[in-house]
Amino acid sequence: MSGVGETCRADFPILSRVVHGSPLVYLDSAASSQKPRQVIETITSYYERSHANVHRSIHTLGEEATELYEGARDAVRAFVGARSREEIVFTRGTTEAINLVAQCVGRTLRPGDEIIVTEMEHHSNLVPWQMACRDRGAVLKAVPVIGEGFLDMDAFGRLLSPRTRLVAAAHVSNVLGTINPVAEIVRRSHEAGALVLLDGAQGAPHLALDLAALGADFYAFSGHKMLGPTGIGVLYGRREVLEGLEPAWGGGEMIKEVWIDHAQWNDLPWRFEPGTPPIAGAVGLRAAVEYLAKLGMERVAAHERELTARCLDGLVGIPGVTIYGPRNPEIKGAVVAFTVEGLHPHDGAAILDERGIAVRAGHHCAQPLMKRLGIVGTLRASFSVYNTAPEIERLIEGVKGLRGAL
Amino acid sequence: MVYSSRIRERFRHPRYQGSLPGPDAAFEDVNPLCGDRIRIECRIADARIADARHRGDCCAICTASADVLLERVIGEPLDLASRLTAADLLERLEADVGASRIKCVTLPLSVLRGALDGKEVAR
Repeated sequence: MSGVGETCRADFPILSRVVHGSPLVYLDSAASSQKPRQVIETITSYYERSHANVHRSIHTLGEEATELYEGARDAVRAFVGARSREEIVFTRGTTEAINLVAQCVGRTLRPGDEIIVTEMEHHSNLVPWQMACRDRGAVLKAVPVIGEGFLDMDAFGRLLSPRTRLVAAAHVSNVLGTINPVAEIVRRSHEAGALVLLDGAQGAPHLALDLAALGADFYAFSGHKMLGPTGIGVLYGRREVLEGLEPAWGGGEMIKEVWIDHAQWNDLPWRFEPGTPPIAGAVGLRAAVEYLAKLGMERVAAHERELTARCLDGLVGIPGVTIYGPRNPEIKGAVVAFTVEGLHPHDGAAILDERGIAVRAGHHCAQPLMKRLGIVGTLRASFSVYNTAPEIERLIEGVKGLRGAL
Repeated sequence: MVYSSRIRERFRHPRYQGSLPGPDAAFEDVNPLCGDRIRIECRIADARIADARHRGDCCAICTASADVLLERVIGEPLDLASRLTAADLLERLEADVGASRIKCVTLPLSVLRGALDGKEVAR
């Protein structure tokens, strides 16, 4: 093994917990990752030493808070490989980031315009587009999922047309783990004259990103899935695209000058950040991306691929277990979804919890995908930097005992 | 203990699982948290629930809860369903179910009430 998990574990205080008499095995990082001491201490230090409102407070603490908040933006820009800091908009999370784009782009839709999503989208990259289309008389189309859980790229080609205004797709499926061919999606969408939004909630925590090279117009992700705090997320937007958009929401900070009947918008990125932003969240996210960058995202990805491969190898031979998503860990994110014959996923998760093993169960906010797969839900094990091979062994042993456990 | 022996027993061997042809009242609903789906069908006579059955894609807790619920209400006046609570079901299940799964316990109750409120016209 890479040794990454063993090295990192000591940084995560929560991993020393004992749950129902067993050492915690936390395999639910795709829902929310745990936080290293470096992130927790950074947030504590921010609140104990430097907290004030940003941008408008002309005093020492206001200066410090502003420097920390804007410094976080620079750190995130470097982490994702964006060209400029103006392209990094802080939000509360992936969901808010996607809704922001759906509001801004949605406003420009005309009846008959089309938005393309995929059947494997998380509800947060589906429902905002349903709402935008409903409001503007636009049409929503979905790329089918085929085979082990891949996008039908031929069908995608047929769906693209001059009417397509935006393509919204997951970078990595939160259920199947499929790493989608995002470079191809971007290229073909742009050829058709459409914008592209990538849901990076399961991409940014696990894969090295070079967003400038990728060329997507929008890339959304959450801090809390990548070792950072809850309540902070990022909307990356290509500068030329952001410049052409009216802001989604009004308030303080997003304006330059205000009259009683109109206002002039602020510069990027603040135009899209009305109100007091999640300052501590941004400061914590910086600590998180610096932690990941220090490890190196290539190493993180390799470590998680090893865990995924072990998990797939272990589960595949267990009678009654069905695995969903690609079997090849080389083309799969750090997530393995599976069902156990005769056992509802929630019962499976509850029984594993009794052994201290935390996995997710349910539809994973991807009900159209569940309908496509013909199931109500799955169990899902997902991995992060702090997981180890012995933990995967404990999961496998736990799953072996599930069939007939009730 | 989440999975009491009563829950295990009623999950393995439910007594009121199935369907009633031509029910007088029926309703089906889902638990948005986990995707549990349950349908309850009732036959009504003399302002009482003469018979009832449940079926669906459910976890053990939801299945067992539906089973003890129907056992309790069959033969009883229609208004009993509106008076029963989650605590009544937990008592019958002999289980201690936490906040994250309590919907699994209460879904059958809300579905039964929906059926008796005429939310779905009997087929």
